[in-house]
Amino acid sequence: MRQINLVDITKLVKEAVIKINYNLDQSLVSLIQKAKTNETRDLSKSILSDILENQEIAKEGNIPLCQDTGVVVVLLEVGNNVTYEGDIYEAINEGVRQGYLEGYLRKSMVTHPFNRVNTLDNTPAIIHTKIIQGDKIKMKIAAKGGGSENMSKVTMLTPTEGIEGVKQLVLDTIFNAGGKPCPPLIVGIGIGGNLEKSAQLAKEAIFRDLDDCSDDKTIKKLEEDLYNEINALGVGPMGVGGNTTCLAVKINYYPMHIASLPVAINIQCHSARHTEVEL
Amino acid sequence: MIRLNTPITDKDIRNLKVGEKVLITGTIYTARDQAHTRLIKEENLEFEIAGSVIYYVGPTPKREGYAIGASGPTSSYRMDKLAVPLMEKGLKIMIGKGDRSEEFRHEMIKNNAVYLITTGGAGALMSSKIKKSTLVMYEDLGAEAVYKLEVEDFPCFVAYDIYGNNIFKDSNHEK
Ligand code: SF4
Repeated sequence: MRQINLVDITKLVKEAVIKINYNLDQSLVSLIQKAKTNETRDLSKSILSDILENQEIAKEGNIPLCQDTGVVVVLLEVGNNVTYEGDIYEAINEGVRQGYLEGYLRKSMVTHPFNRVNTLDNTPAIIHTKIIQGDKIKMKIAAKGGGSENMSKVTMLTPTEGIEGVKQLVLDTIFNAGGKPCPPLIVGIGIGGNLEKSAQLAKEAIFRDLDDCSDDKTIKKLEEDLYNEINALGVGPMGVGGNTTCLAVKINYYPMHIASLPVAINIQCHSARHTEVEL
Repeated sequence: MIRLNTPITDKDIRNLKVGEKVLITGTIYTARDQAHTRLIKEENLEFEIAGSVIYYVGPTPKREGYAIGASGPTSSYRMDKLAVPLMEKGLKIMIGKGDRSEEFRHEMIKNNAVYLITTGGAGALMSSKIKKSTLVMYEDLGAEAVYKLEVEDFPCFVAYDIYGNNIFKDSNHEK
């Protein structure tokens, strides 16, 4: 058994939340640069330029990329050969607490649906746990903004609605969201499982590498088709029209009940702030 | 491109057409959901609302030596109903992101006001155009309090003008 000190988990989380809020991933930056050359109208180009200039300013380390520094989502994987003393969830939350305070990040969590009292330290994080083989702890960590999350949804389709039903649902969702979720978007889609499993698949999908694709042939084709069809909607950067509505479409799937076809769409804005750490 | 200095006049409003880039210099005020629910109940505001500009933003905490933290726009639709009484008192420009309701657009035109958008998620860029920020009202609201911002060449685009044009609808129809 490998012994892990939870103080190290806290430190990793703290450093990660600060890093992602000031640095946009370079593979994302190149996609935005490419999208800019692909826009014909000045207005759409100008918005993409703003996004590029913004990440240059944020990189200096004194002003975060976006004022919505998000809710922290952690996909936690714990190896079955790891032991530690104490509460790993508390260790993660302590990292969030320290990171949001020391990193001058906005605290956006409220305790109660109706009294809306701020927890003042951006905790608790939303943590999904998996047990894996091995002696490592892995964490995928995101700072997820409210604007794009608010435009996300889960729908229970019927199996006979099939691929066409899924496509229509995704296109309607993105079109109706318009400029609100800050396009250009990364669209995470979860198909299958049940209600909560589909949502989790969609969330996991937005963590995927920008240049990967599904290893299932049908799903890969659906990713490509949706990428093209979403961009043909013409919503454009910030909804002002243009050729760039999404930068990537990622679909994860899972077996499901004979009677069900659950589909979850998790919308990620262009300020896609996430990273992976390992201990 | 149009340069505007605050306060905003009716003539300024008439000159703004959908899709145009606008650079604002002068004083603008911040307010989001919670501040709006209070502002509309006030008898006397602590700033001149006639000719004013309201920016929908909740910034990150500021560092020593900086005017303000990241200050990109929040979604405007949540303020649609709340904005009406303020426009009736002379609010001229609202800045945020995203489409709003038809009812709002109708009221806006009636009150000779305009809605501008700025690039969502460009919090660091917007922050660099803000030279000073001072608390005006509702300190207890934290990031959602009303602040007075001194801005220089604050970059926006006209989303709805008084001639009935809507940047979101026009663009989608083009395709
Ligand atoms: S949707 Fe994303 S980019 Fe837009 S304001 Fe929210 S967190 Fe920032």
